[in-house]
Amino acid sequence: MNYELVIVGGGPAGLAAAVSAKKNGCDSILILERDGELGGILNQCIHNGFGLHTFKEELTGPEYASRFIKQVEELQIEYKLNTMVMDITRDKTITAMNRTDGLFHIQAKAIILAMGCRERPRGALNIPGTRPAGIYSAGTAQRLVNIEGYLPGKEVVILGSGDIGLIMARRMTLEGAHVQVVAELMPYSGGLKRNIVQCLDDYGIPLKLSHTVVDIRGKKRLTGITLAEVDANGKPIPGTEEDYQCDTLLLSCGLIPENELSLGMGIEMERVTSGPVVNESLETNIPGVFACGNVLHVHDLVDFVSQEAATAGANAVSYIKGGFAALSPETPIEATDGIRYTVPKKISVSRMPEELTVRFRVGTVYQNCYISVYFNDTRVLHRKRPVMAPGEMEQVKLSRQELADFKDLNRITFKIEET
Amino acid sequence: MRDVAIIGAGVSGSACARELSRYQLDICVIEKEEDVCAGTSKANSGIVHSGIDAAPGSLMAKLNVQGNQMMEELSKELDFPFRRNGSLILCFDEADRDRLMELYSHGEKNGVPCEIIEKEQLKKMEPNVSDEAVCAIYCPTGGIVCPFGLNIALAENAAVNGVEFLFNTQVLTITKIDDGFRLTTDQGDIEAKVVINAAGVHADTFHNMVSTRKIHIMPRRGEYCLLDKSAGTIVDHTIFQLPGKFGKGVLVTPTTHGNLLIGPTAIDQEDGDLTATTRDGLDEVLKKSLKSVPDLPLRSVITSFAGNRAHEDGHEFIIEESADAPGFVDVAGIESPGLTSAPAIGVMVRSIVAEILHPQENPDFISTRTGILNPKHLSEKQYARLIKEKPAYGNIVCRCEMVTEGEIIDAIHRPLGAKSLDGIKRRTRAGFGRCQAGFCSPKIMDILSRELGISQMDITKCGSDSKLIVDVTKSSVRDEGEES
Amino acid sequence: MERNTQTRNLTCIGCPMGCSVTVTMENNEVTGVTGNTCKRGDDYARKEVTHPTRIVTSSVRVKGGRIPMVSVKTASDIPKEKIMEIMHCIDGVCVQAPVHIGDVVLADAAGTGVDIVATKNVERCQTL
Repeated sequence: MNYELVIVGGGPAGLAAAVSAKKNGCDSILILERDGELGGILNQCIHNGFGLHTFKEELTGPEYASRFIKQVEELQIEYKLNTMVMDITRDKTITAMNRTDGLFHIQAKAIILAMGCRERPRGALNIPGTRPAGIYSAGTAQRLVNIEGYLPGKEVVILGSGDIGLIMARRMTLEGAHVQVVAELMPYSGGLKRNIVQCLDDYGIPLKLSHTVVDIRGKKRLTGITLAEVDANGKPIPGTEEDYQCDTLLLSCGLIPENELSLGMGIEMERVTSGPVVNESLETNIPGVFACGNVLHVHDLVDFVSQEAATAGANAVSYIKGGFAALSPETPIEATDGIRYTVPKKISVSRMPEELTVRFRVGTVYQNCYISVYFNDTRVLHRKRPVMAPGEMEQVKLSRQELADFKDLNRITFKIEET
Repeated sequence: MRDVAIIGAGVSGSACARELSRYQLDICVIEKEEDVCAGTSKANSGIVHSGIDAAPGSLMAKLNVQGNQMMEELSKELDFPFRRNGSLILCFDEADRDRLMELYSHGEKNGVPCEIIEKEQLKKMEPNVSDEAVCAIYCPTGGIVCPFGLNIALAENAAVNGVEFLFNTQVLTITKIDDGFRLTTDQGDIEAKVVINAAGVHADTFHNMVSTRKIHIMPRRGEYCLLDKSAGTIVDHTIFQLPGKFGKGVLVTPTTHGNLLIGPTAIDQEDGDLTATTRDGLDEVLKKSLKSVPDLPLRSVITSFAGNRAHEDGHEFIIEESADAPGFVDVAGIESPGLTSAPAIGVMVRSIVAEILHPQENPDFISTRTGILNPKHLSEKQYARLIKEKPAYGNIVCRCEMVTEGEIIDAIHRPLGAKSLDGIKRRTRAGFGRCQAGFCSPKIMDILSRELGISQMDITKCGSDSKLIVDVTKSSVRDEGEES
Repeated sequence: MERNTQTRNLTCIGCPMGCSVTVTMENNEVTGVTGNTCKRGDDYARKEVTHPTRIVTSSVRVKGGRIPMVSVKTASDIPKEKIMEIMHCIDGVCVQAPVHIGDVVLADAAGTGVDIVATKNVERCQTL
């Protein structure tokens, strides 16, 4: 099998990348999706709030996905469902498997990695206690409730106030469970403010910041947990323990990009994001291999995933058609002083669009601070932001002209400044 | 009346069952949990110890060395994962060299091949061990085994050879009757001429029901952390620490499946069923393991667990017919190196029972067993043919461990098949990976429900009260929904 | 006449920005909205202090479908205090495949005049 472009993953990133690639003139595209339908995790995100940027209206996850699936169908882009990619080599041979085709190989000219992310499990959090039934990652519970129609428990505690945790607090309440509390290790919520209002406040569910689970009880099924307040270093403070009787603990403690395939093919990784290091074209260190969506860095908004993926799709077509400009020297972007990372991590001016969106996250909550961008030692951007939080991705746009005009540019620095 | 009743389907009980199935005997194994390998046998280091540190002349030393010698052939006969990776005992202080030499001489007395290696050679063998290690003992016969694999293989083979396994059955009392014993269980009475007491941390309770010579077992909890496969090659040997000023050490070892395991702690506690981890315990494991391998990627921890060793006060295996209760055979105090010793324990118990019952050989005994087919071990051609014949092998269910639906179906329908998520996990590794069953749980629940013909609502994590679902959403939909 | 002036601070849920909005009221009449960065925020704030509304989403069982559940939502926002009543009405709804986005699965839920509509396409199960 030969395709010009193979897209690994048929979630929001893969779909948008495919549509964009097709519209940019690539006719030989194959999407490989491991699940039984396209749309990825959006299929279980049945709440509304998606797509305001892209479609100027609020959609539910399945509706948002369906807009892209419809385009994929109309553009007659090929896809294979229930298909697992087992391996990708550096020369872009993909080994995949499903029930009907068995084990098969595909040779691609370009590849877009769009595998998404997974949830951090209990073990990675190292929460002590027993190991009974009734402990779920929030996403697993979301699937059981929204896709299978089952309620995993009735008395619920949620650890982690990221958006999935907040959304599941409301969902469990609506579907017949009692959510006692949402606990958050950090002194601020990792989720969107509006989700605290409409998922917790609307239902009177308390949010305990700077709290974590320090014990889990129950031999067969969960019978209770203990919450404790934590100090500034995240260490539980003795004497603050509070017991809760519950049959369910949902964990929403962060997402990790799923890069096992990327690692297998020798792609250079960024430690902070756990995603590939990419340049301005969203291209990895292997030419012709691109990454977008949550496999690259975890996003809050699917609209930005779609935008990013469309860029990756267009760039992949440029690569395939030989339309890529010769690579000019790459300028690294350094993330310092409160900025955790940037995507991309380096820029080649020759391939940069007129305006390049650089996305990043800050390390803690900042009020009335400035996002600053330096070219070498010269500050070229200084933008005041009333509030910035780790849970909300930030972005700035860099102009090609400005980069091109700057003499002897050898580094770009992103930082947070108080004045 | 049965010939033999074995209490406990852990690795000792299963090894005894398998060895005794070589005879024409009516044997049952009574297990309080829903599956084999549900107690101490499921939560340990998975080490095939060389036998260097057991007290010379002890039964422990003898069975350890025998078990170690038997393991390789048994792993081929019964098809379970085993690797002789060799072990290293690190010495961190020149002042401790005398004690290292003492251990070395134990090894010599026990007939265990071992050698002292100096820092330079140590770093050559294991570049990632700490620079603080001054020397080490190298034991080339040390190995690693999949503890579930060994236990399940022994039990399956016993079942195929006619041993009956009674799960979810708890022995409450044992009374002496003419020609044997009556075991009163929560599922009714069982009578047997010979009772094998392989009840792990509860073996003292059963022993003390029939014997006036009381024994005491102190459950000794050990906590572990398991690291992702990405950390699995940081060391190749099993790395022990010579106990020193910092107390008893922890081990750092690859597992047979390519993960990295660190631990255990040692905390005495009365409740043998309590296997909770603690903050202090996990912190201790992490801290101590860094002493051996300073660059351990601790953020790769994917799970932690605790198991209870059946520590007998005299720190010795008790494997004998009870002097004041003829026909009652103890397999008690089976703590480390119990897993290593299990094959030898089975053989020893077989000869004890043979002395009592004088049984006939079982002419139909099948000595080999084929494990669950792992398609990853097939050539690409063979794999393609397999999927053509059985498409379920083309469907990956657990994406972290790349386990197919075919393997899960096999795990459910083979002898003593899996009935729960944990049962599937221990047989196929589905759910064992970095996402810890987040993605595959709902899919495996579907497959279990379909293959066993039971409702999803009755699927458990590990039997009895460990149900995963408590209701349907908006519960009054239930009646209508089930008609469809 | 004594004037009763009140201010309320809200977080706008109109979009992911979550603007902090201040509403000024006199005698229960909105006299001013500040802090919003778009029209949506103004609308939200005025509604939230007088008659708050929400979109409710859930899922209902499908018979003969490729998958067991279809996701649904209220076709427009409904009074906030009616949320649990709406859930009670959705409880018990079971539809026959095929179902398509926008199909009404329950008309006039809980007397709100708002329909419950499907938000996903579920085709018939072909093996049935």
